[in-house]
Amino acid sequence: MSAIETHDSHAEHLVKDVQQGHAHEHDHDEDEHHHETFWTKYVFSQDHKMISKQFLITAVFMGVIAMLMSIVFRLQLAWPGKSFAILEPILGKWAPGGVLDPNFYLALVTIHGTIMVFFVLTGGLSGTFSNLLIPLQLGARDMASGFLNMLSYWFFLASSLIMLFSVTIESGPASGGWTIYPPLSALPDAMPGSGLGMTLWLVSMSLFIVSSLLGSLNYIVTVLNLRTKGMSMTRMPLTIWAFLVTAILGVLSFPVLFAAALLLIFDRSFGTSFYLSDIYIGGRALEYNGGSPILYEHLFWFLGHPEVYIVLLPALGITSEVIATNARKPIFGYRAMIASILGIAFLSFIVWGHHMFITGMNPFLGSVFVFTTLLIAIPSAVKAFNYITTLWKGNIQYTPAMLFAIGLVSFFITGGVTGLILGDSALDINLHDTYFVVAHFHLVMGSAAIFGMFAGVYHWFPKLFGRVMNKKMGYAHFWLTFAGAYGVFFPMHFLGMAGVPRRYYSNTEFPIFSDLVDINVLVTWFAILAATAQIIFLLNFFFSIFKGQRASQNPWRSNTLEWTTPVEHIHGNWPGEIPEVHRWPYDYSRPDREEDFVSQIEPLTEKEMAEGHH
Amino acid sequence: MSIAALSAELRSSRKDETITDAENRNQGNMWVIFLVAFFGFCYWQFISYKDKILPEAASAHGPKIDKLFYITLALITIVFIGTHIVMVYQTYNYAGKKGNRATYFAHSNKLELVWTVIPAVVLSGLIAYGLTVWNDVIYPGDKKAMVVELYSKQFDWTARYAGKDNQLGRYDFRSIGTGNDLGLLEDVKNDDDVIVKGEMHLLLGEPVQFKFRSRDVIHSAYMPHFRAQMNCVPGMETMFEFTPTITTSQMREKLKNPKFNYILLCNKICGASHFNMQMDIIVDTKEEFAKWMSEQKTWAQTQSASKQTASAITPIAENTSSN
Repeated sequence: MSAIETHDSHAEHLVKDVQQGHAHEHDHDEDEHHHETFWTKYVFSQDHKMISKQFLITAVFMGVIAMLMSIVFRLQLAWPGKSFAILEPILGKWAPGGVLDPNFYLALVTIHGTIMVFFVLTGGLSGTFSNLLIPLQLGARDMASGFLNMLSYWFFLASSLIMLFSVTIESGPASGGWTIYPPLSALPDAMPGSGLGMTLWLVSMSLFIVSSLLGSLNYIVTVLNLRTKGMSMTRMPLTIWAFLVTAILGVLSFPVLFAAALLLIFDRSFGTSFYLSDIYIGGRALEYNGGSPILYEHLFWFLGHPEVYIVLLPALGITSEVIATNARKPIFGYRAMIASILGIAFLSFIVWGHHMFITGMNPFLGSVFVFTTLLIAIPSAVKAFNYITTLWKGNIQYTPAMLFAIGLVSFFITGGVTGLILGDSALDINLHDTYFVVAHFHLVMGSAAIFGMFAGVYHWFPKLFGRVMNKKMGYAHFWLTFAGAYGVFFPMHFLGMAGVPRRYYSNTEFPIFSDLVDINVLVTWFAILAATAQIIFLLNFFFSIFKGQRASQNPWRSNTLEWTTPVEHIHGNWPGEIPEVHRWPYDYSRPDREEDFVSQIEPLTEKEMAEGHH
Repeated sequence: MSIAALSAELRSSRKDETITDAENRNQGNMWVIFLVAFFGFCYWQFISYKDKILPEAASAHGPKIDKLFYITLALITIVFIGTHIVMVYQTYNYAGKKGNRATYFAHSNKLELVWTVIPAVVLSGLIAYGLTVWNDVIYPGDKKAMVVELYSKQFDWTARYAGKDNQLGRYDFRSIGTGNDLGLLEDVKNDDDVIVKGEMHLLLGEPVQFKFRSRDVIHSAYMPHFRAQMNCVPGMETMFEFTPTITTSQMREKLKNPKFNYILLCNKICGASHFNMQMDIIVDTKEEFAKWMSEQKTWAQTQSASKQTASAITPIAENTSSN
């Protein structure tokens, strides 16, 4: 109760600000968000909507870089050793004569993975949509702490810049794979990327973790404390449930990655032996004694597996919202959806060992992890079936966002089912670290999560920029990307089943793989297609920011609170009082109503009350 | 499309917010086209590569893993095809139309129960079956296995056979040096050990227990034809045991490829030449194996030979890694 009161008085204060404009003089808090300059509005902003845009634009930029990197290494994989004249002027000594250097190939693979997983799908996805939607969909004036929120973005930007800078240094960036297993990542003698490049990677990721924690704590506190009157937990849109649980996962797991990174920094720079023992390299026996790389793997995957869901849950939350709105139907099984989010989140903490079946971990422990891992298929299946049932007897409006949301469901199924193979330790023996794994996670978390992000961008673009993205370009973008992604990742299953390992610079050294060269050519062509399709998106995105059709207040005829705010951004989100919430967010196509949607702020009718509507 | 035309189109009002019936119809149809094309693509890929994926298993436990694999694959293929057909049926059939109205259908405990319990039951079966196979693979029979150490370093493999006593002698990484790549110590158990590079030989029908070691970074010993893989971790010994069931010459005949060889490859990123860290594996009959083994020198023999010619040896640079 006291939280609500505090909130209300804070709200009144802000309302006054907004109503009286910024000319009015305060007799307290002299310079609190007044005299808005370019710097306070666009750069050091504490407004969640601006911070959301900052995250989004940064993530789009990082995503483009990571995607271009993938095209470069795809060229090498399809046509190994072939000279591409364009590479030498861009990459210099890393592509002498236009042929990619093997060390730099590994660097590209590593940085592509790092950027996509952390900077695009963690920072970018949660940073954009948790920031935008938590206050707007819950009826809050802003995040609990605008200042921490601003810091969260600046730590994110700093870590992004350091990561990008690391690519340009003399010895090359970190190259040991995005999982940076020691001793490879600990010893500069093992590969050039484990020198300064690895140090920068660790510094960048440490800053990233700070950013993530600041953001996550803010999200949790805001969701728990700043909901408007009537917004009970079971009236929250599923987006918010997903963001809340994601933030909790982040708070519980990222510190463990930080610990892992810190111990690695100690081993690298201060001579400790947490991960290192019995190593002979560079012509000498090293002094490290008693450590174990397996410890690192445990710590890394204790974050690493929840991280998969940190990436995926927000995308699923966005999908729930977009599918319900555009099918013009309530999301099917709202409470089952919440339960499955919680179930997935809980299980995600006790499955990390399935990344380590063949590391030499005790085989009995492997059995336990098989059990917990396959259980995750149950809540996942519930989610997939509920999405499909939501479409049943709908009146589906094919906005570009809707296409991407349905595309996500397809990826979630296609990529998800192969988890039943990889999660089975006996089958993992033969498929571990092959292209089967690459296919699996690029579909189920890579493509699915990025489609969730696209769905979110198309759906909430009016809330971000006051304009709507072009529909036709959205359609072209969707179908080309959808076909491209399947064309890239589906054939990789076959490479994996044939035993082709991932992170190989070329497969030409093995006669048994020579029959499979044409798969790699096909995959690369699809990758080029998918990358080209992103040009359509980028044109549409940036063009629409400035020239897009102006949005109406509630363009998708949606129930949730963000569409009750004015199109133009204002401090405090609502010009007057914050609306009170009277119903759940999914009253679409109620038979007793003429309109096919009922905003959450509409009071319950007597009939509805009698029915026990919540 | 010119930029001017594009900009005019982007500005015309409201049309990006509302989806017309024709557009909904088109997108609904697109899903069907997509599904047909996608299934066609999957089928074409499968037909093109079905003989190349999952090469015939050449170990005793291999067929058990393959059976589990194919059963799981069949199951998930059914789920994959079924859910996609149902989903695309909805996206086609319920494409929006003005005047149509969605059915308010918010939840059904019965349905939720159905698709919680059915996956749970199926998964219980899969878990039980999978763990049975896992136990079979990890805890093989009591038959005494030939011990072979597989030693990994950037970027090659060395195999050390335990010799007549079937026991590997002691080692220490600090003893690594010229002529002693594996860091073997003074130990009688080492004397009869046989060290080979380039190719190793295994014995048909006889279990072989591999003990894995690494000198520098993590490697992974992957032998796809034997459905065998285990990481090699510095500072720690790992193990994997299996029984070869098809000799190299039998497999060559089967595949009608006289050049075929089983391989051991590295499957954990380990540096610049990770993609070319390999060793051939030859599976021999008893006679072939005995003959091959008799041609190899024991550790004691190489030691005494190297002592005799020590003065003639040019020191070889120990590390040839990275660049």
